[in-house]
Amino acid sequence: MTAPPAATPAAPALVLDGVAKSFGPVVALRSGSLTLRPGSIHALIGENGAGKSTLVKIIAGLYQRDAGTFEYLGEPVDFGTTAESKGAGIAVIYQEPTLFPDLSVTENVFMGRQPTLSLGRIDKRAMRAEVVALFEQLGVHVDPDRPTRGLSIADQQLVEIAKAMSLDAKVLVMDEPTAALSGVEVERLFGVARALRDEGRALLFISHRFDEVFDLCDTVTVMRDGEYISTSAIADTTVDRLVREMVGRDVTDLFPKTVAPVGDVLLEVEGLTRTGVFHDVSFEVRAGEIVALAGLVGAGRSEIARAAFGVDPYDAGTVTVAGRRLAGGDPAAAMRQGLALIPEDRRRQGAVLDSGIARNVTLTIRDRLTRAGVLTSAAENASAREWAARFEVRAPSLDTLAGTLSGGNQQKVVIAKWLATEPRVLIVDEPTRGIDVGTKSEVHRLLSDLAGQGLAILMISSELPEVLGMADRVLVVHEGRITANLTREEATPEAVMYAATHDVEVAR
Amino acid sequence: MASTTLTPTTSRTYRDFQRPRWQRMLLTREMAVVAALIGVIAFASVAVDNFASSITYTYLFLDVAAILLIALPMTLVIVTGEIDLSVASVVGLSSVLTGTLYQAGLPFAVAALLAIAAGAVAGAINGFLVTVVGLPSLAVTIGTLALFRGLAVGLLGTTAITDFPDSWRDLVTNKIPGTPVPAIIVLVVVLAIVFGWLLHFTPFGRGIFAIGQSKEAAHFSGVRVGRTKLILFILSGTVAALAGIYYTLRYGSARGDNATGLELSVVAAVLLGGVSIFGGRGALHGPIAGALLIGAMASALRLASVTSDVINVITGTLLILSVVSPSLLAWAQSRRARRRGKKEGEDPASADPRPAQAADATVARRSTMGEEEQ
Repeated sequence: MTAPPAATPAAPALVLDGVAKSFGPVVALRSGSLTLRPGSIHALIGENGAGKSTLVKIIAGLYQRDAGTFEYLGEPVDFGTTAESKGAGIAVIYQEPTLFPDLSVTENVFMGRQPTLSLGRIDKRAMRAEVVALFEQLGVHVDPDRPTRGLSIADQQLVEIAKAMSLDAKVLVMDEPTAALSGVEVERLFGVARALRDEGRALLFISHRFDEVFDLCDTVTVMRDGEYISTSAIADTTVDRLVREMVGRDVTDLFPKTVAPVGDVLLEVEGLTRTGVFHDVSFEVRAGEIVALAGLVGAGRSEIARAAFGVDPYDAGTVTVAGRRLAGGDPAAAMRQGLALIPEDRRRQGAVLDSGIARNVTLTIRDRLTRAGVLTSAAENASAREWAARFEVRAPSLDTLAGTLSGGNQQKVVIAKWLATEPRVLIVDEPTRGIDVGTKSEVHRLLSDLAGQGLAILMISSELPEVLGMADRVLVVHEGRITANLTREEATPEAVMYAATHDVEVAR
Repeated sequence: MASTTLTPTTSRTYRDFQRPRWQRMLLTREMAVVAALIGVIAFASVAVDNFASSITYTYLFLDVAAILLIALPMTLVIVTGEIDLSVASVVGLSSVLTGTLYQAGLPFAVAALLAIAAGAVAGAINGFLVTVVGLPSLAVTIGTLALFRGLAVGLLGTTAITDFPDSWRDLVTNKIPGTPVPAIIVLVVVLAIVFGWLLHFTPFGRGIFAIGQSKEAAHFSGVRVGRTKLILFILSGTVAALAGIYYTLRYGSARGDNATGLELSVVAAVLLGGVSIFGGRGALHGPIAGALLIGAMASALRLASVTSDVINVITGTLLILSVVSPSLLAWAQSRRARRRGKKEGEDPASADPRPAQAADATVARRSTMGEEEQ
């Protein structure tokens, strides 16, 4: 059922066919099929909930399949643990690397299999020498002796890749590695990936960015609703075709921005400063406006948003919502004034994964649902049912644990939980990160509608097309300062990128 | 509005719960403990001489009353992922304070109220060190366990105050007319209702669970994490002091070493009752059944002339089994699912979600996540 190989005729390194996995009543993967060949970079794309991550976790040995076949290097295999798959030569690099922050780079590369001298002493010199050699081969400049704490995500991924190479991994899986990387870092990662391909390794690359898929990969497999849809050579396909296959329908206008009448100032930030993180940040957002906070990863955009909402403290400045000054460091007080923050990391900050959908959606409005001092599941379920249906969250019941939902459905739950507070000002931090095209345009349409209803929206985004497509105004942050305040007309890709990389104060 | 997302649709409907009501009510860890309790009582009533008598029940209740009282706030503390090991020392401190203040001429009620206030202060000290200073509660309360006990013994030395008004002593130990149940159980029931309401039927309680499941997500959702924990530690200290007064009256003796080691019985009862030591999971009736189970077993074994060492071994084994069983069940379930998947190959969706194992899956998932994603 897999399509003929496109690039190389070499025997496949890894073949999955008809693989299925479910968690209780939730079917995560109906029928996944994938053929990876040595010397090839294979893209795996699909909407959230299409089953990509589940497939990867089965390859990694983290989950065990319920059905289907799994062959590795021509042999049927059955990985019970991640150690087994690692030992066999399969390395998985996650979006967020899993290093030990207090150990050195070298120690992380050799974690659990340090070379030893007599009496079981660890051979530190041999370890270091190999890491230096690996980094040279990869063209990476990271100090092998420094602790991994404080390394950028891009560098942490390179450490993971070095670890995979030192294990002589035959198959390297990268699960959305570029989601948190800047342009330069992405290029560097791609260089490393191509070098690994040329050594004859098989790479699997999961991404939501089509330009990257077309730039890097030679073959692409599309999944939808937990099922295999197609495999084709990159040269033989187009973005339009892939999008159609992913969503099963045509997606029109990715950024359905409508202009809303602009009203009063609802969010006013004045001189906000947190020493060493951001400095003298001032801006305002009016009713009906979508203001984007653009800039490079690490410029301090999320930190500004978090401080404004009160999750993080700040040293100086004021935040005013609808004319009322907020007490700093108190999210509950900010919520009472009508401020909502949809955070960047939905798994850690957005949703309570061990809790059900209903409890998640109603966590922010639990005071409001209390009658005569009593909060019942019935009241929570009634409210949550409406929100879940409104966003078409895919789940069988309201007590389905949020952790078992796909990324896109988790994001829907998080958005619902914040819209339930009926905010006047909505801060969204990377609202479409790691989200498929279909849900993405739904989120964009939603933001546009909310602005039309008179909400003030502050949107943090690392995707330039999203910023330019959605925003009425663009604030650019560079190293903790706002370096530009651009109108929709002024906001060209060049202007935004210039301000994002230069210290000059263009405006304000 | 042309939007599809903002208009409620009827295309999707949701059941409230995955499992029918009777399964949610009965097939839980808490009910397993209740069943074990009923089993032990039934078995002991038949097999152990003198167990099925009103005097046995009276002493059973008198023995477990202090554990029951302290287990109530302890459950809430443990659900947030914290622990309070200083409770038994607060019992001792409160006992000594009540005794010395009463001996110094204060009316008993005033002495008791001051002791309860001291318990609240002790809890506030724990809470301050945990929430404001940011130390782990395990370390903090091991420290205050020694500190409060030291204060208690230091205040009174090795002597005991034994001269308490009979009217107060009778108030807690006298039986409710027509039953073998001592009056202190009325207080236990009232507080159980209060804490049950607080944990399961208030926004505050939802916050407690959210903190235990994900402190960060709770903080981002406007749950006041620090304040919630501080309140719980104060409640824990206050109720422990109340238990100290009960202890004093029941044994008619205020001593510095009263209730030494009681914190372990309390924690054992809470964990046996299905509360997760990692936080985020539990229901108040579990620890209540857990405390009664431990008490009933100890009482039956004592009547059967089993020595206290053996009783401790049995209690400890039971506790370990209860803590380990969810992981074992999850492991067995995943093995079974794999084998079935390989044999039948098709339609894994029909795999019946077994009762009590949804929660176990959570435990299993948490441990794999800790390994792979942190």
